[in-house]
Amino acid sequence: MQDHDSGRPVPYMQRTRNYYRALGYTKDYVWARNDDVPFVHLAKPVSAMTVGLICTAGPGDRSHRDKRNRPHVWSGLVASPPDSFDTDLAWDKESTHTDDRETFLPIDAAGRLIADRTLGALAPRFHTAPTGYSQKKTTERDAPEILRRLKEDKADAAILTAL
Amino acid sequence: MSLVARHLEASGIPTVIIGSALDIVEHCGVPRFVFSDFPLGNPCGHPWDKDMQTETVRLALHVLETATAPRTTVRSPFAWRANDPEWRERYNRVLPEDRERLLAIGDARRRSFGQAPRAKPPK
Repeated sequence: MQDHDSGRPVPYMQRTRNYYRALGYTKDYVWARNDDVPFVHLAKPVSAMTVGLICTAGPGDRSHRDKRNRPHVWSGLVASPPDSFDTDLAWDKESTHTDDRETFLPIDAAGRLIADRTLGALAPRFHTAPTGYSQKKTTERDAPEILRRLKEDKADAAILTAL
Repeated sequence: MSLVARHLEASGIPTVIIGSALDIVEHCGVPRFVFSDFPLGNPCGHPWDKDMQTETVRLALHVLETATAPRTTVRSPFAWRANDPEWRERYNRVLPEDRERLLAIGDARRRSFGQAPRAKPPK
């Protein structure tokens, strides 16, 4: 496949399949696919909304991981986010870095948009969503827990940023 | 992340994803997506570029507010660094000379998960 400097989006599914085959795996990962997509209309303008931020990076002290290194939903305060983040996930470590938190958890950028009245407010907490292999764990355990926390924080909407 | 967005939306919380894996997100099907055509890792803008990060989030809020139907994808106007035109072919590339090294990485990974070693490749 020719996607070298063509300006076309990188074919990540094919790249990932090829890579894991090269690692010696014989069974390809099957990404979730859905015919129906939920959609709700906004009840009020963004300038009157409280928005929750959700990212995939956890705190640098790795307190979002259990003894077996498995991540779980973790929440931090937007007013005092951790000094460092655990970005030990799949991203392009040869082309860039994640030293600037704002590239994957845009708390300050959202703050500037609150200041210019584009956005109403940020929810007090941001949340870390685990990016595990198991779609079942995501849909049955992690996503409901994030929903519960967003409701607890009275968030009207969510911005999700994937490393 | 796409599955989380779908769950929130189905529960009445409108969502917008900012990300760089266009094919994976659209394959899953999400309500609203801002596509940053960057290397994986910096969906909200180049490191240390506050203006780009602010404008990317502004675009996400605009998409949140103006999308009228699911599967709305809007491409960010920002491009990756002009001095790095080769970035698209870099992530997870598999070169013939890397074959043994990658198999060793796979073995170490399987060991770390307590899994059986790989089947021996056919001769």
